[in-house]
Amino acid sequence: MAEGLGWWGVPLAIVAGTMRGGTPFLFVSLGECLTEKSGKINLGLEGTLLTGAMTAYGVSYLTGSPWLGILAAGLAGLVLGSIHGWLSQQFRVNDVAVGIAMIIFGSGIAFFFGKPFIQPSAPQLPTLNLAGSNVSPAVEAALQISPLFLLGLAIAPLMKWFFQSTRWGLYVRAVGDSPDAARAMGVSIFKVRMLSIMAGSFLAGIGGASLSLYYPGVWTERISSGQGLMAVALVIFARWNPMICLWASLLFGGAQALGPSLQSVGIKQGYYLFNAAPYVLTLLIMIVTCSPKRTLAGVPGALGMDN
Amino acid sequence: MSHRQVFGVSRRQIIRGLLATGAFGLTAKLGTGCTSASTSTSTAGDSGGGSSGKDEPITIGFIYVGPKDDYGYNQAHADGAAAVAKKFSWVKLVEEANVPETTAVAESMRSMIDIDGAKALFPTSFGYFDPHVLKLAKDYPDVQFFHAGGLYQEGTTPKNIGSYFGYIDEAQYIAGVVAALTSKTGKLGFVAAKPIPQVLRNVNSFTLGARSVKPSVTTQVVFTGNWAEPIKEAEATNSMADQGIDVITCHVDSPKVVMETAEKRGIFSSGYHANQLALAPKGYLTGAEWDWTNIYSQIAEEMHAGKKLMDGGIPHILRGGLKEGFCKVSDYGVAVSSDTKQKADAVKAKFMDGSIVIYQGEIKDNKGNVVVAASESLKQQDPKLEQMDYLVEGVIGSIGS
Repeated sequence: MAEGLGWWGVPLAIVAGTMRGGTPFLFVSLGECLTEKSGKINLGLEGTLLTGAMTAYGVSYLTGSPWLGILAAGLAGLVLGSIHGWLSQQFRVNDVAVGIAMIIFGSGIAFFFGKPFIQPSAPQLPTLNLAGSNVSPAVEAALQISPLFLLGLAIAPLMKWFFQSTRWGLYVRAVGDSPDAARAMGVSIFKVRMLSIMAGSFLAGIGGASLSLYYPGVWTERISSGQGLMAVALVIFARWNPMICLWASLLFGGAQALGPSLQSVGIKQGYYLFNAAPYVLTLLIMIVTCSPKRTLAGVPGALGMDN
Repeated sequence: MSHRQVFGVSRRQIIRGLLATGAFGLTAKLGTGCTSASTSTSTAGDSGGGSSGKDEPITIGFIYVGPKDDYGYNQAHADGAAAVAKKFSWVKLVEEANVPETTAVAESMRSMIDIDGAKALFPTSFGYFDPHVLKLAKDYPDVQFFHAGGLYQEGTTPKNIGSYFGYIDEAQYIAGVVAALTSKTGKLGFVAAKPIPQVLRNVNSFTLGARSVKPSVTTQVVFTGNWAEPIKEAEATNSMADQGIDVITCHVDSPKVVMETAEKRGIFSSGYHANQLALAPKGYLTGAEWDWTNIYSQIAEEMHAGKKLMDGGIPHILRGGLKEGFCKVSDYGVAVSSDTKQKADAVKAKFMDGSIVIYQGEIKDNKGNVVVAASESLKQQDPKLEQMDYLVEGVIGSIGS
């Protein structure tokens, strides 16, 4: 590494950031997208993300296999999801309130069981090196892509296809849009929502695994720093469309890298502003895309309703 | 009315009463008793073989803001506490980790005093002080409080509060010397949390140390905005590595992410808070570590001898650097050449005999203003240094937001 990249470092960091930092956003937002399509909100994914991160790190450390860690993270998410799915569908129970309880529960579980895993170093996921051997080390580091990111990339169109073209996708949409119609079709609303929430939490758990086993690749109690909640907001921002979830996640991942990379090329002013870039971006896009004439396009009809 | 009555109380009232008591007990327990990792390590009092009747145990409480094994600030304190408990059989250690800087810490301190019978408390996080330590000190005038940080004010602060802290920037100065001599590009990086005086002092001392041996060296500083931002810390390290920076150090709560990311990128790292050699076996050069063992042992011994903060037996302000054993420099890593080791050891020797002053004029800030005049020589104790609001020449970055 003889010389620096100079200004090229900024776009490089952003591109690398989209792939590194965007992965947890991608999984959580896809999970939440599936959940919300069925008509329930799961705010608890923040807690699920933390539990997933802790489980993945712990299992990877104990068994030596990061892949088992990912599976365990997904299963841990599944369990938390089943609690949320069951609770939030009880009579007169509000799903937002349950979600907030699940944030506290999930993070509490993660902190409690995560104590012994803060210090040791767990085996990390292998990365796929896309760069050739003759590029500079900076580019090489940026192009080390996690298989989880590729998995997320594949899930997004798959989920879109699932919603559009499969019978099961139709059930989920029906339950989310008009539970009465779904009931008339003979679909069990409880089961569909339960499965959607569980599957969504499974994905969020894997998102947590990407935090602790890929980037930044440690388990600490502040690893998520609100990413789970941001991903939930991101789904609204993406209009419940899995493909837009993908772009939005990449955008947020890249925006995270903006602050540090600008400082490192010598932009001295306004780093708090750049650090706030993801949030500013959300606000801006919300303002630009809002319209007084209609409600949010694409919102599932029964979302957050008491039924 | 067919309700069965027991002593004139209806069944409904009994059930209500039981539920209320249960709920109260549960919440009270949740609020105080079982806050996260409350471990109490009691060393067997009779291991010394009954040397004298004076060996009655003293209970000392330690409170940490984060986990005890984070390779960082909290681990440094916890290591010191554990060493004291190991050294003196008459010390009974009570610890609690992950206590936020809220009324939670007041509850922890209260239960340490009331339930465990602690005679001295070490609330180690800066933010515990005002108002929680101040309030508890008034409520329990017989208990001694030792707070890590520079907040004691003669006259206004209660007599049973003492303050201790180390000049760890001396160790950062030496780390700067090692970094500058090892760096191939002459560019150093510093991942910092917030632009507050303690952090700026470390950045400046690191840079002054580096430039004392190689005047052309620069330090790029990146502020992440908060004490624990794992992703931003990783991004900052990666971005700096992209810019050709080849030694990175930091001042954040847990340096683990920075050290591991630097190692992955194949560049050198210099630690902070505790020894992080295990995280970066190839690139770890050295590091600035706290060494609380000495100060904690000293305080424990003085308390054992019956001295107290209240009557001035233990000084209210304890400060020190390398010489006094408040901090230390990590053992040099494999990447440090023997020539560099010699030069760094020479600087360390100067700190040990007190013949070096880091902030010796003339020092300019990175905008060209003179901040320490040529005639000035700011010793470590100088209050001016505790209000530092500049970055010295050679630092690339700005503290203004």
